[in-house]
Amino acid sequence: MLMQQVEQSVKGAVQIEGLSVSFHRQGRENRVLEEIQLGIRPGEFACLLGPSGCGKSTLLNLVAGFIKPTAGYVTVDQQPITRPGADRGFVFQQYSLLPWKTTFQNIELGLKIRGLSKPSRRELVDDYLNRVGLYKHRNSYPYQLSGGMQQRASIVRALVNSPSVLLMDEPFAALDAQTRHMMQELLLDIWEDLKTTVIFVTHDIEEAIFLGDRLYIMGVQPGHIKAELPIRLSRPRHFDDTLSTEFINLHRQVFECIREETLKSMEAG
Amino acid sequence: MVLTEELNTPQDRFGNLLNSKHGTYILPLITTLLLFIGWELAVRLFSIPEFILPAPSAILAEIPQWGGAVAKNAWTTLVTTLLGFLAALALGVLLGFMIGYSKLANLTIYPLLIGFNTIPKVALVPLLSIWFGIGAVPAVITAFLLAFFPIAVNVAIGLATVETEMQDVLVSLGASRFEVFQKVGLPHTMPYLFASLKVAISQAFIGSVIAETVASNGGIGYVILSASSNFNVPLAFLALLALAVMGVILYSFFMVLEKRFVHWI
Repeated sequence: MLMQQVEQSVKGAVQIEGLSVSFHRQGRENRVLEEIQLGIRPGEFACLLGPSGCGKSTLLNLVAGFIKPTAGYVTVDQQPITRPGADRGFVFQQYSLLPWKTTFQNIELGLKIRGLSKPSRRELVDDYLNRVGLYKHRNSYPYQLSGGMQQRASIVRALVNSPSVLLMDEPFAALDAQTRHMMQELLLDIWEDLKTTVIFVTHDIEEAIFLGDRLYIMGVQPGHIKAELPIRLSRPRHFDDTLSTEFINLHRQVFECIREETLKSMEAG
Repeated sequence: MVLTEELNTPQDRFGNLLNSKHGTYILPLITTLLLFIGWELAVRLFSIPEFILPAPSAILAEIPQWGGAVAKNAWTTLVTTLLGFLAALALGVLLGFMIGYSKLANLTIYPLLIGFNTIPKVALVPLLSIWFGIGAVPAVITAFLLAFFPIAVNVAIGLATVETEMQDVLVSLGASRFEVFQKVGLPHTMPYLFASLKVAISQAFIGSVIAETVASNGGIGYVILSASSNFNVPLAFLALLALAVMGVILYSFFMVLEKRFVHWI
């Protein structure tokens, strides 16, 4: 167990070098991301924060390998990213569980694709189901689960493959406020345990500060990293921390920084 | 207990039946029975002559004399219909796959299919009988022609509407193209396919009966045609009834199949 943890905290370094993305539409060049440069350390919890249209999801999709950059590159543990792979677990906003599969079957998908035997699949999946309190619901279909349960299942579906990096695209945005807080604490619990590198995209300032070791605040037109802000709040974090002076000061600081970009993005429509 | 008393009002018992498993066949049986009773009463009340509209009792009275012949011809129609339907299933799924997966096929084949589908198939039966003679072959082909279009279109729609996110999930878990199809595309298409099968089986019946009334010497269509020309209207109705029963049975068969294969909706 200890060995596994050491190993896990060593992998998961993400390096993004001179990354630009632009799309051509009707002869016009639309620059989405320009000259993104950042390095995320193994085991770090990084939050990409910015107004809509800043390209934060695009950046995440580039790390996932769903899209290819126009210039520059992404490496994970020195390996350049050319296509999607199970070493980068992805959690979507809309859960995206397969409706015809049970919770258990949804979670074992990656292991099955990798050809793991049935007993080892069951052992791994059951362990994770217990961790997130879904064991009781392992034979339920997605339509029988609440949004929070579905998102827990989809996080576990990514984690069960022990990815080097966990990529999360506004995973809690569709949940109600109470469930969202619970999920944030649950995610931190699991992360403290596994120390997987996390890149978490959100537009919620409080969420970003509460979760992250480091915030990357993004600006618009074209998308770029406007500021990088380390969050030195002590861990483990609890929801009470969001009421501390330190937290509120950070919140104000980030808000000022992001406000200007939000106005720009609103003007651009 | 107050609670159980409340649950036992007639309205609640009806509600229970409505949502129970038995309700799915008891309720249609009741409406069918009511229809026949109303029909019988109307015919007697207004003394409608038998050669215009025979009462259900008059239709059933034909069974001793004609029941065997109707059953034999119903069997012919059933076999014809199923042959046409199976061919439609095979080609419909194949075409649906091509249209759903290939942009080229979508742009080249799909418009032709739409054009072809607007041709009334009854207009083709005389041609079919010139090419294939009188008998079962034109009927099988007509059944096929009517049934394959809904299958092809639905399979194509099913494949084309797979959420990209779900495919991305599989790709990000390291799935190959075939695995993405097997685990996402195929199950996503199942509800569309089964919905089309229920339509297609009815269409296949229509096709074979149309062909039998024009170019055949057997089958329910042929029975209806010869009974009408002999003014034996009760026999024509008996044949129609046999057709309706077969249609309902096959439709239910596909409904049960759908419930088993598409359990998540």
